Amino acid sequence: MGSISDFVQYLVSSLSVGGLYALMALGLVIVYGISQLVNFAYGELIMVAGYGLLIFGRSWLPWVIVAIMSVICAVIVALGMDQIAFRPVRNASPTTMLITSFAVSTLLQSVALLLISPRPRAPRLPSIFVQSAEIAGIRVKVVDVVALVVSIVALTALQLFLRKTIVGLSLRAAADDFTMTRLVGVNANKVIATAFAISGLLAGIVALFWIGRIGQVLPTVGFQPVLIAFIASVVGGLSSIKGAVLGGYILGFLTIGLQTWLPQDVNAYRDAIMFAIVIVMLLVRPEGLIKPAFSRETR
Amino acid sequence: MTLLYLSQLNVFHGANHAVRDLDLQVEQGEIVGLIGANGAGKSTTMMSIMGAVKPRSGAVVFDGQNITGLPPEQILQKGIAPVMEGRRIFPSLTVGENLRMGAATVSDKSLVAADIERWCDFFPILRERYDRPAGNLSGGQQQMLAVARALMSRPRLLLMDEPSLGLAPLLVTEIFKLISEMRALGMTVLLVEQNVRMTLNIADRAYLLNLGRVEFSGTPDQIRSEADIERTYLGGGQVQKPSATPTAS
Repeated sequence: MGSISDFVQYLVSSLSVGGLYALMALGLVIVYGISQLVNFAYGELIMVAGYGLLIFGRSWLPWVIVAIMSVICAVIVALGMDQIAFRPVRNASPTTMLITSFAVSTLLQSVALLLISPRPRAPRLPSIFVQSAEIAGIRVKVVDVVALVVSIVALTALQLFLRKTIVGLSLRAAADDFTMTRLVGVNANKVIATAFAISGLLAGIVALFWIGRIGQVLPTVGFQPVLIAFIASVVGGLSSIKGAVLGGYILGFLTIGLQTWLPQDVNAYRDAIMFAIVIVMLLVRPEGLIKPAFSRETR
Repeated sequence: MTLLYLSQLNVFHGANHAVRDLDLQVEQGEIVGLIGANGAGKSTTMMSIMGAVKPRSGAVVFDGQNITGLPPEQILQKGIAPVMEGRRIFPSLTVGENLRMGAATVSDKSLVAADIERWCDFFPILRERYDRPAGNLSGGQQQMLAVARALMSRPRLLLMDEPSLGLAPLLVTEIFKLISEMRALGMTVLLVEQNVRMTLNIADRAYLLNLGRVEFSGTPDQIRSEADIERTYLGGGQVQKPSATPTAS
């Protein structure tokens, strides 16, 4: 009985962490697909939502409202990044865009450092982040179940959006051939802004669980998530939405698997072992697990 | 009625004066050919009409409105739809999604659905492959999809850039037949082509471009009899034959 319950716990944890990683990776890939920009300031969107939880959390507002407001903050900052920082370098080289994203990242971290505090702060969090529940005799963390459900709902909603709405179709079309998308009458700025808004929304959702789990927010809180998002999307295939999701879940299962089954004294090397596995995967498939079915138009 | 009017158009690619003092007119319901060798300025003219390239001077007038320098998305909304060189369909989208993208500027959903039906009747292969990724279609099928996608925006003028390029000879005949059928649909077509013979077979009038200038314009008969097609077709300075190898993908 014990081992079955262990396995179910492992499954629930992996699916919940993997779901969050998938959302993180999607936030990067959705922007990269359209503009060839790997937005390393993506982590700062998570930071923004984290400070949203801290600041709005000081009010009397119920936590759900605080959470929604924090996610909205991440969306607004994502749109601001696009307008102010990335639009002027849109036709520049990928390197220029990459450096711009580092600049935005550093700038936002410095703002948080100066205006709030360099030290970690603990936002008000609801009790679901520490509670456990018993489902059919198996103890699971409530937050894991919530994260699992939320990530699946978000992934499904995004999939429907990309398949059924004309804005979603435009996003996918723009990832195929940006110029042609404009030539069928789609407003280029609107498509890119939509991609950034989705990126901000995903970062905001991820932030709720990320900050909820570590229980504190600090200026550099976005570094680890953006690293995970980057690795997951590279493993899955940077220009594929399916790849990002797959990469996220693989990384989730790897992380939790190593954490669960690695002997205590080797556990310190968990990240090293995980990165070694990732490097091997990339050696075998440098283009990621899912490569685009059709090569991109370069004109 | 004059639908499209280019007046003294000058376009530069960096230092290269690609289009020089170009005057061109397309009447409602006409099929007009824009022919000439590689580098004669045909595609550049097309790109300036579409707003993808900004002319240095001169005017593009569509339906009495000056549309010079407008962004592509606005020009499409005025009623000009491009069928680009190389087809430029969205390969990872399905055939149906490509058609819906063509109607991105049409807000009436029932109109879009009716148009999809209409063009799937016109091109049965598109109905057959409706839910497949467009990248899996053959070159000729992709060209049909590109035309159907352009028609989905309900344009009044169809701009076609080298629709026969890279297609097998049998398909080239088919594509030209399709273009002449556009006339029966009441569509006005400006056709940029290197295939002079086929273009003169279906066009009402044609402009012969050489090194960015209009060398000659008139009806196909006039051009066949009066202009030294062979010389201009091969280009005055840059002698470069269009690739004759069909690379239908």
